[in-house]
Amino acid sequence: MTESLVGVVTTRHAYVLFVLLSAIGLYMMIANEHLVKKIIGLNMFQTGVFLFFITSAYRIGGAAPIVEAGNGPYVSPLPHVIVLTAIVVGVSLTAVGLALSIRLYSEYGTLRADALREVIGDE
Amino acid sequence: MSDAVLPLLIALPLLAATVPLLAGLWVDTAGWPVAMGTSLLVSALAGWLTWTVSPWSTTGSQRLVHDLAGYPAPYGIELVGDGLSAILALLISVVAVAVLIYGRTTGPQSNAFYSGYLLLTGGLLGMALTGDLFNLFVFLEIVGLVSYALIASNDDGRAAYGALKYLFLGTTGASLYLIGVGYAFVATGTLNMGDMATELAALGYSDPLVQAAFGFILVGFMLKIAIFPLHTWQPDAYTYAPDTVSAYISALVSTTAAYALIRIAYGVFTVDFFAANPLLTDAVLLVASISIVVGSLLALLQTGIKRVFAYSSVAQFGMILAAIGLNSETALFGAVIHLVGHGLMKATLFMGAGVLASAYDATTIADYAGLAKREPITSGMMAITGLALVGIPPSVGTLGKWFIALGAIEEGSWGVAAVIFVSTLLTLTYIGRLIEALYFTQPADDMTDRPTTSPDTDDTADAVADDGAAADSDSVADDGSMVADGGATSPVATERVVVVVVLAVSTVALFAAADPLSALLDPVFGRFFA
Repeated sequence: MTESLVGVVTTRHAYVLFVLLSAIGLYMMIANEHLVKKIIGLNMFQTGVFLFFITSAYRIGGAAPIVEAGNGPYVSPLPHVIVLTAIVVGVSLTAVGLALSIRLYSEYGTLRADALREVIGDE
Repeated sequence: MSDAVLPLLIALPLLAATVPLLAGLWVDTAGWPVAMGTSLLVSALAGWLTWTVSPWSTTGSQRLVHDLAGYPAPYGIELVGDGLSAILALLISVVAVAVLIYGRTTGPQSNAFYSGYLLLTGGLLGMALTGDLFNLFVFLEIVGLVSYALIASNDDGRAAYGALKYLFLGTTGASLYLIGVGYAFVATGTLNMGDMATELAALGYSDPLVQAAFGFILVGFMLKIAIFPLHTWQPDAYTYAPDTVSAYISALVSTTAAYALIRIAYGVFTVDFFAANPLLTDAVLLVASISIVVGSLLALLQTGIKRVFAYSSVAQFGMILAAIGLNSETALFGAVIHLVGHGLMKATLFMGAGVLASAYDATTIADYAGLAKREPITSGMMAITGLALVGIPPSVGTLGKWFIALGAIEEGSWGVAAVIFVSTLLTLTYIGRLIEALYFTQPADDMTDRPTTSPDTDDTADAVADDGAAADSDSVADDGSMVADGGATSPVATERVVVVVVLAVSTVALFAAADPLSALLDPVFGRFFA
C-alpha cells in the first residue's frame, strides 16, 4: 500500500501537481473577492490544465519530435501545439478581464467583488 | 470542390472583421455596410450549404468534408458540413442579418463593435462546422471572448460587471471542456471527432478515463449553456448588454454550445456510451429537470423584462439538455427544432423588448401597462412570440416541445414528460403576465392620446405610482416618447419593427417545417443512432 502510494507520488507527481494547481486556482477565483486576484486564480487554473497536457506528451527517453531516420522514440508534439494555442487564448482572456476590471475601477472606484455587488445591487 | 464552402463560411467573417477597424481609420461609418455585406454573403453560402447537403439537391453528397490545408483527417483539422451543422449555420447567418438590420440605428455604432460582431459570427460558424475537438475549444473561446467584449460595450458600468462575471464562469467552463478533451485525448490519442468515436468504441465505454472525460465536457458545456445551477452569469449578461447584443447572444451563443454538446454526446461518445452508463443519463435528466422547473419559477419571480426572458432561457435549455439525456431519436429531433425555434423566439422577444425600451423606456413588466395601444405592432408580435414560446400551436415552439415530450414518453421517462408539461404551464404564467400588462392593464398615467407638458405628467405619475422610482421611470418614459413623437409618426425606426414582425412570423411559419427539417436531419441521426 505504502509502496504503491510512493510509486504514485514519484511517477505521477506531475498529475498531482495538475490537480493541486487547478484546484488552488479555482478556489482562489471563487473565494477571493479581489477582481485581479480572481483573474490570477483563473490563470492558475488554466496553467494547471496546460501542465496536464504537457505531461501527457512526455515519454521516457523521448527525443524532440524532429523526425530523422532512426532517431525515435519522440515525445508527442500535438499536446505542445495545443498548449501553445491555449496559452494564446489564456493571454487574451487575461487582457479582456483586466480591461473590464480597469473599467469597473474607473466607474465604481473599487476592485472588490463584494463592494461592487453592493453598489450594483446584484442579488 | 463544393466543400470549399466550409472554410469560406468561417474565414469570410473572421477576415472581414479586420475591415471595419482598418477602414475606420478613414471612414467613420464603415462598420455597418461591411458587416451587412459579409453577413448577407455568409447567409447565401449557408443557404447553399444547406441546399447541397439536403436530400433534394442533385449532388447526392449529404455530408461535406474539408481537410484544412490539405492534411488528411486524423492528423489535420477537419470541417464537416452535414444536415445538422447546415441548419445551425443557416440559423446563425439569418439571425446575424436580422440583428444587423435591427441594430442599424440603435446600439453601439462604433467600428470596433462591428468588428466584434463579425468575429462572433465567424466563431459561431466555426463551432457549427468543425469536426475537431480542440478546434472546437478555440472557437468556443473566440465566441466567449467576443461575447464578453460585446456585452461590456454598453455604457452602463453594470454591463462591465456582468461581462466580467460571464468571463470568469465562461472561461472556467471552457477550461473544464479542455480538461475533458485532454482526458479523451490521453485515452485515444486523437482529436478528430469521427476518429475518436471509433477509438472510444474500441476502448470500451466503462473506462473511468472516458467517463471522466465526458463528465468534464458535460459540466463545461452546462456552464456555457447556462443550465441551473451554473446559470448565474446569464441573467446579468443578457440584462445589461445593449439590446442588439442581448438579442444576438441569447439567440445564438448558448444555442451553438448546446449544438456542440449534441455533436459530441452523439457523434463522439455515441448512444452506446449512454447505454453503458445509465447513472450518467439519469444525472443529466435530473439536472435538466431541475433547470426546467427552477428556471421557469425564477422567470416568474422577475420584474425586469429582459431578466424574465433570460431565466426563461435557463428553462428552455434545460429542456434541450433533457432531450440530449433521453437518448431517443425523437427527443433529439425535438431538441434541434427547439434550438432553432428558441433562437428565433428569443431574438424576437429581446428585439421587441428593445423597441419598447427605446421608445417608452419600458424595462419592467409594470412599465408595459397598456403599451399595446401605443405600439400595437411590436406588442402584438411579442405576444405571438410569447405564445409560441409557451408552445401554443401553430408555432415552432409547439413542434420542439412536442417531439421532446413524445421522446420522453417513448423512452418511458414519465417524470421528464411531466416536468415539460409543468414548465409549459409556468411559461404560460410569465408570458401571461406580459400579455396582461400589454393588453389588459390601464397605463399608470393616462397620457396615451394627448401629448402633455412635463409637470402634468409628473403629477399624474406621482398620484398613481406607489414609489418614487416608478414615478421617475414613468416621467422619463413620457419625455422620451414626446421627443420622439415630435419627429416621426412612430417613435422607433421602421426597420426595427419590420425585423421583429418578420422573425415573429417565422416562428409561426416554421410550424410547417417539421418535414423538411426531418429530411435534412435523417442522414445525421442515421449515423448517431446506427
